Amino acid sequence: MRKGLTWFNVTSIVLGFAFLYIPIILLVIYSFNASRLVTVWAGFSTQWYWSLLENEQLIDAAWVTLRIAFFSSLAATVLGTMAALALTRYGRFGGRTLFSGMIYAPLVMPEVITGLSLLLLFVAVNFDRGFWTVLLAHITFTMCFVAVVVQSRLVTFDRTLEEAALDLGCPPFQTFFKITLPLILPAVVSGFMLAFTLSLDDLVIASFTTGPGATTLPMRIYSQVRLGVTPEINAVCTILIAIVTVVVIIASIVTKRAESQREAEERAALQ
Amino acid sequence: MGEVMAADKARKETIGAVRRTFAPWKDPTQTPLIRFENVVKRFGDFTAVNNVSLDIYEREFFALLGPSGCGKTTLMRMLAGFEEPTSGRLTLAGEDLAGVPPYRRPVNMMFQSYALFPHMNVADNIAFGLKQDKMPKADIDARVTEMLELVKLEQFAKRKPHQLSGGQRQRVALARSLAKRPKVLLLDEPLGALDKKLREETQFELMDLQMSLGMTFLIVTHDQEEAMTVADRIAVMNHGVLVQVAPPAEIYEQPATRYIADFIGEVNLIESTVTACEGETTRLTSEVTPSPLTVAHPCEAGPGGKACIAIRPEKLRISLDPPPEGTENVFAGEIWDIGYLGDLSIYHVELACGQRLKVSQPNLSRRVARPISWEDKVWVTFDPDAGVLLTR
Amino acid sequence: MAMAGEKGRGRWFVIAVPYLWLLALFLAPFLIVFKISLSQDVVAQPPYAPQLDLSNGLSGLTDFLSQLSLANYGYVLDFSNEFLAAYGSSLIIASISTILLLLVGYPIAYAMARAPRSIQPTLLMLVILPFWTSFLIRVYAWIGILSPEGLLNQGLMALGVIDTPLEILNTNLAVYIGIVYSYLPFMVLPLYSALEKLDLTLLEAAADLGCPPVKAFWKITFPLSLPGVAAGALLCFIPAVGEFVIPDLLGGSDTLMIGKSLWTEFTVNRSWTVSSAVAVLLLLVLVIPIVIYQNIQQRELEAGK
Repeated sequence: MRKGLTWFNVTSIVLGFAFLYIPIILLVIYSFNASRLVTVWAGFSTQWYWSLLENEQLIDAAWVTLRIAFFSSLAATVLGTMAALALTRYGRFGGRTLFSGMIYAPLVMPEVITGLSLLLLFVAVNFDRGFWTVLLAHITFTMCFVAVVVQSRLVTFDRTLEEAALDLGCPPFQTFFKITLPLILPAVVSGFMLAFTLSLDDLVIASFTTGPGATTLPMRIYSQVRLGVTPEINAVCTILIAIVTVVVIIASIVTKRAESQREAEERAALQ
Repeated sequence: MGEVMAADKARKETIGAVRRTFAPWKDPTQTPLIRFENVVKRFGDFTAVNNVSLDIYEREFFALLGPSGCGKTTLMRMLAGFEEPTSGRLTLAGEDLAGVPPYRRPVNMMFQSYALFPHMNVADNIAFGLKQDKMPKADIDARVTEMLELVKLEQFAKRKPHQLSGGQRQRVALARSLAKRPKVLLLDEPLGALDKKLREETQFELMDLQMSLGMTFLIVTHDQEEAMTVADRIAVMNHGVLVQVAPPAEIYEQPATRYIADFIGEVNLIESTVTACEGETTRLTSEVTPSPLTVAHPCEAGPGGKACIAIRPEKLRISLDPPPEGTENVFAGEIWDIGYLGDLSIYHVELACGQRLKVSQPNLSRRVARPISWEDKVWVTFDPDAGVLLTR
Repeated sequence: MAMAGEKGRGRWFVIAVPYLWLLALFLAPFLIVFKISLSQDVVAQPPYAPQLDLSNGLSGLTDFLSQLSLANYGYVLDFSNEFLAAYGSSLIIASISTILLLLVGYPIAYAMARAPRSIQPTLLMLVILPFWTSFLIRVYAWIGILSPEGLLNQGLMALGVIDTPLEILNTNLAVYIGIVYSYLPFMVLPLYSALEKLDLTLLEAAADLGCPPVKAFWKITFPLSLPGVAAGALLCFIPAVGEFVIPDLLGGSDTLMIGKSLWTEFTVNRSWTVSSAVAVLLLLVLVIPIVIYQNIQQRELEAGK
């Protein structure tokens, strides 16, 4: 009942966040270790970052991964938004239960199953495995995440705004682009970002569905990690963490600033 | 100064003249602008609108009044095109509206929530409908300026909706729905979100606006005072059915059914038995009082039939002294409760049989201690033309 | 809502495109997996038989059907092969992990929901942030900590708590740590959103009626947070059953988990038909929790309207 920070609440939060962040912080620190032995600190060095630049395999893999992540999340955003519209807007239609089942199941489906089944599909239809198959696989499982994010925005969307546009002479298709889309854009963008990171992250599904010439960064990292911990991998991880952290922090600052500006304006209007 | 006052006076005279004589529904040569013909709307098992036939005339300010869930909003939404009738016909200026989507109908709606586009400023909101018509830009700008002047929001053109107060938003919504000069303006509980004072002011503004623009307004409201204030005619709905369609005074003074009498304002209902029908006058007796009752209202039920006398509280007189012997329309009772409203006092008088009558009296003097008090014995009387006889 | 003119092609298009996509790339693959699970391994391309050949008309279909068999399921369900043990051990590991996640996640979510409004968005972002960084990286980070010469053992030995390094990496304990660590945001977020919605006047009412705070927690707060508990538990339990990366990198050779067995069967033994049978049975195990999860999600969404 007491709002605010009791000692119990402070302890929970501090311990919880320590648990979440200490492993990542250690990983980052040891990427600057001069020694090849990851666990022995031998002074500060950035040599592992420089040696990354010469690791062409890794750079190739990063490039493949980024392309797949970008295009798959773009397609997943379009498909996922359509799926969210279909689920929230069009009431009952034939097979709606099956449809919503196919949206929710991939969220919790073990990756080994999704990966295996997609691979067997590609084999069955004789589709050459590689960049495109990974792309299709990623679109399929990430579009469901986009659909869920956008759907949760659409259920709270004030539909009279769309009715007002129709009433003022705007046909449905244009109404979507002039009214609905601008207003649900924050959800669509976060859906896109979610799809992008999921694709960037995925090891299992990509491993099943990939083919020659399309090795992704997580696959590279995985094969090296199996051989043991190396500071080079720590350096790659640190770069990835840095990119994600910067993007997420910028995104949250931008939305927060927009929100507080809006609040200030609202307060000013009421005076 | 003098000129303005003269113009004001001239306007008052014309509007007053129109208001006094405006009654196209009584004129068989007039063709209605909007016709609902046997319109039915079902949602699954639920019948929202049940066989409604209704004519609305040009330049009329028409109110749909009823409790929530009575089907009034559905009726309006069918006119706007957001719902299709399950059966029946809906015509606007002689044109059948079946299958015409909302964006091709010459009607505009002002939404209860205002539905202002939050990502557009006031001017863009007002211009939105005009842009859909591909109006030249200069004309759009001129019309937007005109509309902003109309609702007195000239300085707010560049504001976003969330930077406006509730009353200002309401006026933007009004301007936006008027901008296209629709054949009919639909107002869905337009003043519901405003506080009482502002709401009353805005009601009169709406009436002036409707008169000076010469447009047809259809308002949906659950607030009977609002409907009575603004409308030329009111349609009272209940459970999807039209109960009575009439001008406000007729609805109040000559309610068609007990439901209407009870729904609009306060009423006392006295169950009685008809003893004689004498043209415009009906004589009755009731178990609630030994006094014979006379009402200046013809009765559908013949002698011996049951009828209900409906009398408004303000049409009853209350007195501490018994009336002269032989007076008709008398009820003897005891004060049960008194409600002091400032301008009025409401007395609840308990009769011997247990029924309570509501009597309201204007407080004509500043005396704080009023003569009638709790448990006083009082006599309540009414004139024959104060009551209405209801059989339904 | 039926709107005049809206039932046209636009509506049909918006439904059909994602629907057909999911039918083709989500549902159809399962049917293929099911079909292959009934086939036999052969040395050919593709490495399973029979193939459906309709060039002979109906007899092709009957031939095809007659060659299907349940042999792979017999193989998977045979006690002498480790699959049954792997299913069992996966369910146990996932269940224990889910309970641990609840024990760790609930106090965090509770404290977040009770924190001052102004810092809640920041706390929320801090919980989500690790989720945005790669799963693989987060698992990898623990190898460096848990290994015999790792940071944990170094630290404990330096403090004199232990003399010889603890064996944690390559044991089931490491798997539990890995699952709790990686899945924690999935547990905290649904719990937080359930607890944050709680109307605090309910607790004031309880106190007013004479209920002490700890009792009020068990009588009011906890029951009302149950939808969040269920959502979080299922969101963690279901994928954890099929987890592959964590047991593979942190677990030992004796750590049995079905995701790892499937992966090994597929990549090492190269038996597509047996892996398909494993996948079908795994799906069968998970179908009930998945359906419950969907219902919870659907109800949440309806409530949001």
